[in-house]
Amino acid sequence: MAHKSYARSIDLPTEQVFHNIRNARRFAIDIGGSLAKVAYSSVVKRKSTMVFDEPDVEGVCGSPIYNVSEMDQEAVRLHFVKFETKYIESCLDFIKANLIKSKEFVHDKVIKVTGGGAYKYTDLIQSKLGVTVDKVDEIACLIEGCNFLLKHIPDEAFCYMRHGNPEYKFQGVDSDIFPYLLVNIGSGVSLCKVESESKFERIGGTSMGGGTFWGLGSLLTSAKEFDELLDLAERGDHKPLDMLVKDIYGGNYGEIGLGADVIASSFGKAARCARDTSVPDFNKEDIARSLLLCISNDIGQIAYLQARLHGVKKIYFGGFFIRGHPFTMHTMTFAINYWSKGDIQPLFLRHEGYLCAIGAFLKGMKDGDAEHYSWGENLAGSSGLASPQHSAASFDYHMRNNFSLLEINRLERSLLPCPLLRDIIGYFPDTVDLTQDGDARDYWLDCFYKNAVKTRDLAINSQPTSPDATERANDFLKKYRSRLKSLEQNPCAFGHLTVRNLLDTSASMLEECLFTDIFSQQKQLENEAALHQLSDRLAYLDGLPLSERLLQLAIGLLAGNVFDWGALEVCRILEQSKSFGLEDAQAKLQKRPWLFDDFDAWRNRMTQSKGSQKPPYKCAVIFCDNSGVDIILGVFPFVRQLLSMGTTVILCANSAPSLNDVVFVELQLLAKHASDICPVLRSALAERRLLVMESGQTSPCLDLRLIDGHLVRTMTEQGADLVVIEGMGRAIHTNMEATFNCDALKVAVIKNKWLAQRFGGDMFAVMFRFEQSQDHRLPQTVAATATAQELTASLLPSPLSSACSSRSSSLASSRSTSPVSSLSYLGSATSDSRKSQTSDSGSGRSKKTSRQTCDDEDEQSPTASSANIPITASSANIPITPRGSR
Amino acid sequence: MDQKLSNGHANDPPSSNGHQDSSQPVQEDNTLGKMRKGSPDSFCDLRGGPSMPLFGMDIGGTLTKLVYFEPDNIDDFDQAEQQTLRTIHRYLMGSTAYGTTGIRDVHLEMKEQNICGRQGRIHFIRFPTSQMPAFIDLAKYRKFSGLASGICATGGGAYMFEDVFESEVHLQLHKYDELDSLVKGIHYIDRYNLNSECYYFCNPLDPSSCEKMPFNFQDPYPYLVVNIGSGVSILSVRSKSQYSRVSGTSLGGGTFLGLCCLLTGCETFEEAIELASRGDSENIDKLVKDIYGGDYNKFGLKGDAVASSFGQMMSKEKRKSAKKEDLARATLVTLTNNIGSIARMCAKTEKIERVVFVGNFLRVNTISMKLLAFAMEYWSNGSLKALFLEHEVCIRIAICKILLSQCLDFRFVDP
Repeated sequence: MAHKSYARSIDLPTEQVFHNIRNARRFAIDIGGSLAKVAYSSVVKRKSTMVFDEPDVEGVCGSPIYNVSEMDQEAVRLHFVKFETKYIESCLDFIKANLIKSKEFVHDKVIKVTGGGAYKYTDLIQSKLGVTVDKVDEIACLIEGCNFLLKHIPDEAFCYMRHGNPEYKFQGVDSDIFPYLLVNIGSGVSLCKVESESKFERIGGTSMGGGTFWGLGSLLTSAKEFDELLDLAERGDHKPLDMLVKDIYGGNYGEIGLGADVIASSFGKAARCARDTSVPDFNKEDIARSLLLCISNDIGQIAYLQARLHGVKKIYFGGFFIRGHPFTMHTMTFAINYWSKGDIQPLFLRHEGYLCAIGAFLKGMKDGDAEHYSWGENLAGSSGLASPQHSAASFDYHMRNNFSLLEINRLERSLLPCPLLRDIIGYFPDTVDLTQDGDARDYWLDCFYKNAVKTRDLAINSQPTSPDATERANDFLKKYRSRLKSLEQNPCAFGHLTVRNLLDTSASMLEECLFTDIFSQQKQLENEAALHQLSDRLAYLDGLPLSERLLQLAIGLLAGNVFDWGALEVCRILEQSKSFGLEDAQAKLQKRPWLFDDFDAWRNRMTQSKGSQKPPYKCAVIFCDNSGVDIILGVFPFVRQLLSMGTTVILCANSAPSLNDVVFVELQLLAKHASDICPVLRSALAERRLLVMESGQTSPCLDLRLIDGHLVRTMTEQGADLVVIEGMGRAIHTNMEATFNCDALKVAVIKNKWLAQRFGGDMFAVMFRFEQSQDHRLPQTVAATATAQELTASLLPSPLSSACSSRSSSLASSRSTSPVSSLSYLGSATSDSRKSQTSDSGSGRSKKTSRQTCDDEDEQSPTASSANIPITASSANIPITPRGSR
Repeated sequence: MDQKLSNGHANDPPSSNGHQDSSQPVQEDNTLGKMRKGSPDSFCDLRGGPSMPLFGMDIGGTLTKLVYFEPDNIDDFDQAEQQTLRTIHRYLMGSTAYGTTGIRDVHLEMKEQNICGRQGRIHFIRFPTSQMPAFIDLAKYRKFSGLASGICATGGGAYMFEDVFESEVHLQLHKYDELDSLVKGIHYIDRYNLNSECYYFCNPLDPSSCEKMPFNFQDPYPYLVVNIGSGVSILSVRSKSQYSRVSGTSLGGGTFLGLCCLLTGCETFEEAIELASRGDSENIDKLVKDIYGGDYNKFGLKGDAVASSFGQMMSKEKRKSAKKEDLARATLVTLTNNIGSIARMCAKTEKIERVVFVGNFLRVNTISMKLLAFAMEYWSNGSLKALFLEHEVCIRIAICKILLSQCLDFRFVDP
């Protein structure tokens, strides 16, 4: 261990740390007693592809339907960098040296500074940077920063369960964040009760905080740095120093349920052995551990007491004490669960150290600016949570902890939750949580690791004229693979680990390496080819009777969905056979009955047969997938059928490129070209019964919590009563379990053998799920009368699910709209009796609540504490649990 | 006194059981059951019969408190018993210190005490619990077992050492719940109107005019008891018969002593307190003014409030120049403030205004008492009052009396 050096690595700040500093516009600084955080906004320049309607005479294609060209685009990004306060001077020098070149530097020459050091360093900052320092209140910043993160960063807050699977449970987007208790652990500790954006107060504090751990720790051990102490603590054992119940009682104090390992007196044995020379000196690891335990427990207890006094159920921890250290989080979680008996929820923040800096930065923005935009974490540029068991010895770990980074992108539009969701709060987009499902995690991490080479090659090919394309693409490969490796070590480092996140991370890393739309030319070629076949396809379909036409439309939609360059197996087919077309794809499809086959119900609904009194749909919202055959030969005819039945159609495409998915700007042009071929589409476009809109998404998956505000309004105005979600990314990796307050059609072809087998199918298995909204209402009445036994009986795993995890067993049992589906729904909705009033909230919600139930059990169980998980519940006196009699 | 004590006799259940076998653990169940029923007078159950020299022990995590009742007149005892009594007398009275660690608190000795109709004196001896093996050897060697079939014991050690006492010394430890004993000890003050025993500090916010004032502890309910031993237990007492342990913390006297030993190399509590009395914690802690340059007015934090305990020790230079005395003082202040803070929140939660601080941590520790008085007053805007007990002796006597009387109770129900 002697070779390790702590905090020496940052003597020279570089642009690797201060990303994009040359384009910085506005600064804010939070200077704490031991750590300083710099926040700045920068303008990020990147390439973006645009498509143009006017044919380019010099185009390589004979008669291109549209033209593609690259454009420069600017985006605003927020950067947050954290380092020890002692380096502030060299950091200011660095900033100054780099900013002299920037004319726009520091907007109005005033920078917001907060934290205790605002007083001490004002002169230094003013003289170094030549700006005016405006001091802002620390606690106001803290809370503004916390609110911002909770509202805008989906996987910001999480519960920590040492024995849970997964250990980290992220809270997701929570629109209802108030009231909460914010425990900010800096050198000392402040506790603030936050009731709304503007209503908060400091209700208490304690002087035993990070400074105590560091100060006392470095007096008692040879460690000099905070992380070094944490590192020692991770390896230590507190038992030689702490007096446990068993040291006093000789064992458990069973009568009142206090375990033998409960700490009665922190450091209580340090004195006992003081003069006993037969006892060897205490080792520094053990001392560090006792100290960390003692301080964490104390903060946990004080937080609990304050939360209880003020009737608050959620406690968030900020500051930079915890640092994602599992032992600390566990100790605090355990203390709070112990005292509150699980009633009060301790939550940790991935960016705990930045609250104040974010708040200070926001204070410098124009009023309401933060609210006008949506914000998204730049996964490519932020540091993840540390993974102590691996990283303690690595240089990266110390880089991260000394210069830990956070980047947030400003999105140029406001993103809102989809109003068609049945339960917006309970909605969780992703079907499989890879932090929880080890098999799936292993598979997908490996799968993406292998596919990364393919992505690199495509990236190189997409920019044939760029001299450094190969270099940048290799850079992408290196970064992405290194990320995948780190996720293997700590799957929770960047929030929920899902297929969606892995895809999005790849996309944002490509973008960082200046590759924006690597499928641009491929898409163009396929779109052209498909457009040529559209009129034949339409003629063929028009010749069929309605019932058969509906089937062929469904098959066409599915066959189109085969054309997915994101699926490796499909890539091979498409590369081998240039002529692979719709018919070939149809032949690949699973034959009916499909793996998930609700086609008959869908046809009944569309033909209004069997006595159905339902009128045609008023408005359908379609989230489409791939370019080429998919959109043109699969989706357009399907849209046309809906239009001809009197349904208004909102056709949504991604706002920015990802894989070969059709992008909004392309879709606009394609719709126009298609309308030249088909009069139905033409008149619908003209009459605004066909609306082409952007979804606000930039991912091959679909997060319905964050879709374009304009689209949200249009859905509501048009009274959308059908949502169609197409493709593996949107309907399987995400939204498979989403429930809507209208009918929903989820259509996809499973183009991954492993996944298909997981569902009990094979390659090219078909999902055609039609979920009618009344099917969701039905179980509510049943739920009220059904007994628990009936529920249990109905939830017995079906053969399909036997190979899957418990989560996919609910998938399997709800795969049709038959009574099985309702029962599975019913089962999950009532799995938490406390929430039975929300039993209409859909499986997304019930999934969440039943998980919470598990957590409670986990933490309440005294046996959950292993021998080295001490709590301080006691005293050297005989501790007695509170008696009932008062 | 004993007349009064025996008042409670009538509603005492133990004899009704007619339990005969005193060596069986049935005693524990019975006593605990009795306690749990909340009969505060049960300890007063004394009855006639031969008097015996008796031991009572409070075996804490750090310190063992031993009380020994020595009859003035030993003529009534048989030869063997007289022999043992003389042996013990010679050993105990021959010195005030035993080995390097055992101490007899001569100033606490109580003469002319009447227990079970027998006149005698009560001796108080304390030694570190870590020396228990030596005490057991002594008891074995001196044949304490000839004197009594049991020793009444409370504290965690009553459980820890039960088996050893039985197998090595042939003495049974009769265990009594520690918190029960404590609460009853405090009731004892109330009961006998020991007004001068309870006091508070007036003007705790002003060091120049802060002074001890007697507090009338008649009908004190509800009140909070903060018992600071090695760790801390916090009890809410609603009436004579109703109390509950509402909280506790492992940061107690043991933590203070442990940290002080590690930081300064001192060896005893007295030494640690003595160091602290000469130190200044402001050289060690980071105060609000060290960070903000003055008061943090927006949230009512005074400049001289501690912002971060040991916060200045993050600096290497400051660590080098830190003095032992200052470190001891900072440790004391940190621990005391933390206990005060937790006690205050418990009082608020329980809606209680009187907080009685007891326990060995406060022995020879005026610094902590004044700090607690200050903290209670300051952070509650005067609504909370910190109460203390004179010498701590009162409680200890009460506990010992209870132990003795319960031992008698147990011992003499038998025949």
